[in-house]
Amino acid sequence: MALRIVVLTKPVPDPAAAAERLGPDGRLDRAASPAVINGNDEYTLEAALKLADSMGAEVTLLSMAPPTGVETMRKGLAMGAHRGVLVTDPALAGADGWSTVQVLAAALRTLEYDLVLAGFDTSDGVGGVVGAGIATLLKLPLLSSAAKIEPNADAGTVRVRRISPTGFDVLEAPMPALIVGTQLLGEPRYPSLKGIMAARSKEVVTKSLADLGLDAAAFGGAAARTKVTGTTKPPARGATQVVRGTPEEGAKAIADLLASRRLI
Amino acid sequence: MDFDLSTEHALLRSTIRDFMESEVAPVVEEHEREHRFPVEVVRRLGEMGWLGIPIPEDEGGAGMDTLSYAIAIEEIGRVWGSLGLIVAAHTSLGCGPLHLAGTKEQKDRYLIPMASGKVIGAYGLTEPGAGSDAGGTRTTARLESDTNGAGGEWVIDGSKRFITNAGQAGTYIITARTGTKEGGGAEISAFILPADTPGFRVVRIEDKLGLHASATGELAFDRCRVPAENLLGERGDGFRTFLKILDGGRISIAALALGLAQAAYDAAVPYAQTREQFGKPIGSFQGVAFMIADMATEIEAARALVWKSAWLKDQGRDYSLVAAQAKLFASEVSSRVTNAAIQVHGGYGYVTEYPVERFLRDAKLTEIGEGTSQVQRLVIARKILGLRIG
Repeated sequence: MALRIVVLTKPVPDPAAAAERLGPDGRLDRAASPAVINGNDEYTLEAALKLADSMGAEVTLLSMAPPTGVETMRKGLAMGAHRGVLVTDPALAGADGWSTVQVLAAALRTLEYDLVLAGFDTSDGVGGVVGAGIATLLKLPLLSSAAKIEPNADAGTVRVRRISPTGFDVLEAPMPALIVGTQLLGEPRYPSLKGIMAARSKEVVTKSLADLGLDAAAFGGAAARTKVTGTTKPPARGATQVVRGTPEEGAKAIADLLASRRLI
Repeated sequence: MDFDLSTEHALLRSTIRDFMESEVAPVVEEHEREHRFPVEVVRRLGEMGWLGIPIPEDEGGAGMDTLSYAIAIEEIGRVWGSLGLIVAAHTSLGCGPLHLAGTKEQKDRYLIPMASGKVIGAYGLTEPGAGSDAGGTRTTARLESDTNGAGGEWVIDGSKRFITNAGQAGTYIITARTGTKEGGGAEISAFILPADTPGFRVVRIEDKLGLHASATGELAFDRCRVPAENLLGERGDGFRTFLKILDGGRISIAALALGLAQAAYDAAVPYAQTREQFGKPIGSFQGVAFMIADMATEIEAARALVWKSAWLKDQGRDYSLVAAQAKLFASEVSSRVTNAAIQVHGGYGYVTEYPVERFLRDAKLTEIGEGTSQVQRLVIARKILGLRIG
């Protein structure tokens, strides 16, 4: 039977658009910010799609997001994922990491899977805790910092190459397991034109908190255990020095500059 | 009425933009400087299905609509005008006639390899003495019967000039005189000419003002023989076919013009915001600010025309008037906007260190290729007035 993989994909503000808006509470106004799939999640999705190419796998995307999350998910479907599940509920506005962990864990309880893949962290929240949190709640083995993922469907195990300061460790766990990936999994593919056309007819199931049997009052901004106490804009970038010339000249000029500031 | 792109169109746009900015932008400058055709980039576009966007899937293409195609050409042109022209000429002029007039056998043999990106296509219409006046075509094709009783062969003699993708194409669609019509006018027919046909040569590659990485060349036919079945469409139908092809081609040239204008605008806005003179950003001076306002407004209007012409074509409605309007307006906007972007950059805009001078050199072609602005005005005025206008 084909491996069943759930990839967590979070819609985040498009870094290229740089048009994110903050609401009056200092939180991101997700409805007003153009969204894309979180960059690190695309690397784990790519790993899942490679497994689908090489050994056959059913790849499901799972997001918790406003209703526009369906559109963001289309890119993942165009890349080759088979279907999507979106948990969306007005009560989730302002949800923090803890709410996210509980909601995604509840959604995963309704799905059948051998592997759950999570990105290293997200470019908006940068918490990096959701994968570990879900593994804890669902009592799944957690394999982190994965640079390579090798499932053995017959043995029902998965082997992961985990990067470490000195090289890598090889970890093995029974499936189902949760794997937190890194960018070493490989560059995400571009959707092909055929993939874009095919994504139109792929199924995205939408679930509310009630559908998951969760009490809306326990999640979202009011129930958040973290709160935004203030926001400041990053300082404007200082004057930029542009180095021109041949690669050799450029490399020497940059090295001289760094050396003059005692950075190397 | 809905001005939003569908999810698929938006995804296509962001995919092409990502690919162009990440994978293609880094190699633009060296190809332009060395006047080198981007063989490797074009091969990758073919693999990704970008060389047959509006061609049906059973003919080797991606089976997407004209709007998708216009969006793609705009996004390609926004990063690299030469590549936009290569793709537009291949798709509209190379694949287009085969899609429109080809038989099943011709499509299987020639269109599928082109639309699936394995073979580049080109279109030979213009001649040294026949530009806007395609009726002045001097290239001839003469049918020689086969002594074996088969269909015989066409023998083609003459030359073509300003042919995009010359020397790179594997298949050329060319027009030639096959006789004289009853009224005395030239009978023009279209032919499929494989690049390896004996007697066919690319005799010159032009040195152009811009679009240096696209190949524009002169074709020569010296007793070129192609089988009778390489006649594309009915004998004498070449004129009508190419008018239809040019209608569609105009949308792609308009989209290319739009992409170049957008590129110039995208360079001018941050420059106006950050370049300081007299202690403040130059964009805070009305002289510069109003240029930016005009650029933004003209680009918006041009895009509305380009998208409308594509939409009309996708609806199966008459689009030739709006396509000519889109081509006329977008190309002239492109020249104005790319020129203004240089002005915003001042001295930095005039030197090759910044890319804006390239945008202007590239944009100028869009006012000339596939029908000059003057020809577009003729087409538009004739359609409106219903009079013969010379």
